[in-house]
Amino acid sequence: MSGSVRNFGLFALVAFLILLTGVMQSWSTALLIVNMGLISAIMSLGVNLQWGFAGLFNVGVMGFVALGGLATVLVSMPPTTEAWAAGGVRVLAGLLTGAAVIVAAALAYRHMPKSPARAAAILVILVGGFFLYRAVFDPGVEEVEAVSPASTGYLGGLNLPVVLAWPVGGLLAAGAAWIIGKTALGLRSDYLAIATLGIAEIILAVLKNEDWLARGVKNVVGLPRPVPYEIDLQNDPGFVETAAGMGLDPVTASSLYVKLGYSVLFTVVLALILLLAQLALKSPWGRMMRAIRDNEVAAEAMGKDVTRRHLQIFILGSAVCGIAGAMMTTLDGQLIPTSYQPLRFTFLIWVMVIVGGSGNNFGAVLGGFLIWFLWVQVEPIGLWLMQVITAPLAEGSALKAHLIESAAHMRLLTMGLVLILVLRFSPRGLIPER
Amino acid sequence: MDLLNAFVALSNFVLVPAIAYGSQLALGALGVTMIYGILRFSNFAHGDTMAFGTMATILITWWFQGMGLHLGVLPTALLALPFGIAACMVLLLFTDRAVYRFYRAQKAKPVILVIVSIGVMFVLNGLVRFIIGPGDQRFADGARFIISARDFKEATGLDEGLAIKSTQGITVITAVIVVAALFWFLNRTRTGKSMRAYSDNEDLALLSGINPDRVVMVTWLIVAGLATIAGVLYGLDKSFKPFTYFQLLLPIFASAIVGGLGSPLGAIAGGFVIAFSEVFITYAWKKVLGYLLPENLEPSGLVQLLSTDYKFAVSFVILLIVLLFRPTGLFRGKAV
Repeated sequence: MSGSVRNFGLFALVAFLILLTGVMQSWSTALLIVNMGLISAIMSLGVNLQWGFAGLFNVGVMGFVALGGLATVLVSMPPTTEAWAAGGVRVLAGLLTGAAVIVAAALAYRHMPKSPARAAAILVILVGGFFLYRAVFDPGVEEVEAVSPASTGYLGGLNLPVVLAWPVGGLLAAGAAWIIGKTALGLRSDYLAIATLGIAEIILAVLKNEDWLARGVKNVVGLPRPVPYEIDLQNDPGFVETAAGMGLDPVTASSLYVKLGYSVLFTVVLALILLLAQLALKSPWGRMMRAIRDNEVAAEAMGKDVTRRHLQIFILGSAVCGIAGAMMTTLDGQLIPTSYQPLRFTFLIWVMVIVGGSGNNFGAVLGGFLIWFLWVQVEPIGLWLMQVITAPLAEGSALKAHLIESAAHMRLLTMGLVLILVLRFSPRGLIPER
Repeated sequence: MDLLNAFVALSNFVLVPAIAYGSQLALGALGVTMIYGILRFSNFAHGDTMAFGTMATILITWWFQGMGLHLGVLPTALLALPFGIAACMVLLLFTDRAVYRFYRAQKAKPVILVIVSIGVMFVLNGLVRFIIGPGDQRFADGARFIISARDFKEATGLDEGLAIKSTQGITVITAVIVVAALFWFLNRTRTGKSMRAYSDNEDLALLSGINPDRVVMVTWLIVAGLATIAGVLYGLDKSFKPFTYFQLLLPIFASAIVGGLGSPLGAIAGGFVIAFSEVFITYAWKKVLGYLLPENLEPSGLVQLLSTDYKFAVSFVILLIVLLFRPTGLFRGKAV
């Protein structure tokens, strides 16, 4: 079939580009692109699940990715015992109080007859509950954050293997998606977009400000790894010998070994999710989803519960993004809340899905790799281009300096152009839906 | 006296800033709502359109300042504003011609247009950063205060001062003029009426001979004006940074939706609802309560309901409440 040959060719092209990076720049850069490409591919699979299968417009990918990152900290870091002793119970009690207040308000809403009395009761519960929550919660937070703030000052995690954080990240993201989906699904598609945009900002605000949770902007560094440390490899005589046998010095070899280790792990996850997504797409469930996407009214008339199915797939897609987020934080080895930028983590993923081909899982994977490659390489290419363009300008001219300095911002411009051009001239993407 | 002091403190820290911020949001939300009403999609590039118009204004302001041109007590930016608006109009007409028109002709689904607007957002964002850089730019000049806190204290003999920045005054006055002009245009002129007709029922409007291209063009021109004015006022009041303008998207959308997408009156109401709740909830009430409550009940903490970093959460929660209980917004916007 010419279609599959073409697809194979596209994948081969991306592989060639990455290999070229390895030869021209360094194998370490190439492996970095591969690793982030694998993660990006998983993220775009998640978005493709929502957009390609069901036509849901989620622009809060960043929030779900960040929740995955939070999961890594909560699962893998050792617990700060002093902080738990100081105020951990109080913080938990505070959170439970908050949850109880919301449940109470919801119960009041559901069980009292509609009247001014109900509105008043809900208002009293919420306002009183808010102060109660702050009264329980705040002292606990202060105590926790006072425990050696320079190094810990947070509750820490569960000290479990970091790989466990990946599914947990998915669960956290699924929980957030449930809250959003319950309110915004069933309304027009723009509203879901705004709601997800908002939740992403809020999740980021929580990560930046709640120091007791994950140290806020003080960052959590030194997350445990699922692969060995370079320094241990370099001290291992067996490894050094093998490396020497392959003609590599131990430092380079250890760094490549670690990156390859991540690549293998990520590839396993990607393959698993891709397999599941493919099976889902081919199953009656997938056909129903696409039927709903193409004509909601008809699907509803056939007795499908559109809002419920939407909620289901919205949660699933967000969970996939959460898993990818946890993997990314594991790869970085640190959680830096300020590094989450919506243009990079939400809208870039969208470019991947649209360019790859929405509705096609392989397209999403291809888009993930291709766009990530471009994202990394556009900067040096842009800089080079600028230098060529500005070469005739006098040395030290202000315009030249400004142009070269601004070359870094070419990235956003390029991504926007790619998105607009693909939507205009090839709206079904590189590997169209079948 | 305590009551008066409390009121002055409240005005100084809550009412005046919230009114200025609300006016800026209202102008931004008007732009979003106009595009929604006429072109029927949520324009994600609106924040960056504001940034572009503001950037153009800033560059011209700097040029004027370099030539020694200024308006005395008023900021030079007001002089540059018409040129900034013109630049923004050119840009929006160009994006419409190059990007959006194709999809309009195809009658593409609104969500496709939203994605396209995300592409435009990327390009504009890159363009603005490319031209003026990602950093903070200040371009306000002229008198800083209409009333400074010290003058106010001297004039009234109160303990609390009330400072009104000239940018806040300019914001409110400009917003009132712009809104009045817009409503006059929409309700009284032939073009304005045709726009409202087009917004209410496209097919009927087309049948009665309204030229859709003209309606769309006028919409973009008005939106360019609104976006640039909103952006410049915000920049004068706070400061200009491309990323902040991108982030304004959320409160602006929240305002437009809370008021009812497609309803200009709603956009204004929504802007003030969002601005007031943001400032109310993130303000530390200690000072005001200290004046109001008897001595023994004075609060020990700051009495701040939420830290200022959560101001996005406030617009978001209001948005959720409106979506849950009244999805068409306060003023019954177009669609559910």
